[in-house]
Amino acid sequence: MSKISIHVFIDRQNKNTNIELYKNSTVADLLKKLDINPVTVIVSRNNELILEEEKLGNNDGIKILSVISGG
Amino acid sequence: MKMNCCSEKPVIGLPSGEKLCKSHFTDYFENKVFKTIRQFDLIGREENLGVALSGGKDSLTVLHILNHLSKQNPKIRINAIAIDEGIAGYRDKTLAKAIDFCTKNNIELHIFSYKEEFGLPLDEMLKILDVKPCTICGIFRRYLLNKKSRELKLTKLATGHNLDDECQSIIMNQLKNNIEASARLGPKVGIIQNDKFVQRIKPLYLCMEKEVTAYAFINGLLDDFTECPNVVHSFRAQVRDILNDMEQKFPGTKYSTVNSFLQILPLLKQKFKGGMIKVCLKCNEASANDVCNACVYLERLKKSIVKVE
Repeated sequence: MSKISIHVFIDRQNKNTNIELYKNSTVADLLKKLDINPVTVIVSRNNELILEEEKLGNNDGIKILSVISGG
Repeated sequence: MKMNCCSEKPVIGLPSGEKLCKSHFTDYFENKVFKTIRQFDLIGREENLGVALSGGKDSLTVLHILNHLSKQNPKIRINAIAIDEGIAGYRDKTLAKAIDFCTKNNIELHIFSYKEEFGLPLDEMLKILDVKPCTICGIFRRYLLNKKSRELKLTKLATGHNLDDECQSIIMNQLKNNIEASARLGPKVGIIQNDKFVQRIKPLYLCMEKEVTAYAFINGLLDDFTECPNVVHSFRAQVRDILNDMEQKFPGTKYSTVNSFLQILPLLKQKFKGGMIKVCLKCNEASANDVCNACVYLERLKKSIVKVE
């Protein structure tokens, strides 16, 4: 199966990374691959929130924002 | 069955399975906050309200919503209070956000610091005392918030505590066999009228942290992630992680925990009402004991400084 590349920013780690996923992968697949509990984050694409079942496309820019309070 | 609210693109899923678009989620969230205010009688018709403002998403969300409420009800006045604990690289960033928000929204902001009030910033205190950072920080912050709220003649102080915070506190108190502390939880703290104590209210009491973050994101209240450098030491962080794992496996766990707690809270308040609020013999402030915890730690600080000198 062909793969797609996703550009990911994880705010809690202040980290930018590229992740390869299978075509038709979802936000939930991305979080699973990164070992992030979906309860602890919201996810945005093009400054819009997206759901866990949202399908990702090649070269999507995704932000994973922590919901956990900083202090 | 999972259902979308309308034909617009959904942005968040609720534990019930319902999926809401941006507009319906904003209505849902604000209605939940207003319902909480009504259900627990958090705000009266005439108030001089304070909002404890850290500059983080929770307190900014409370201030944002109560500020709108104030504009609709001129008899409800809003002030913000921020505490500068003196945590380098953390509080300075969140305070900048707090100042910016209050300036743009024309809200009066009062800032008090540990350095001015107690003589040292938290970072320096932690070099002297061998204590858990969150314990001493929490004691001094609550002390100052109450004292300054009273001096500012605030009728109530709203905090940004959300459902996750309350759920964590309930479980922490269970695990530490500290049920008396749970009697001081709930959406409205300090029910007994006492001129030394300003009632604290939690308008986000029934809002999950994820919902608060989504609301803050949609309304431009979410800033770059900043984490207190001391948080990794806390027992709370470990309980938080366990609860988030449970919530993922069993959606609704946090609601169930808080809702079941609300059923026994009146019994806890009844059982522990005798020992709830005294007056500290040293500083004359509200206290659970003869001498308040702030005075106990200030005395320990003084003794430690003398030893070093």
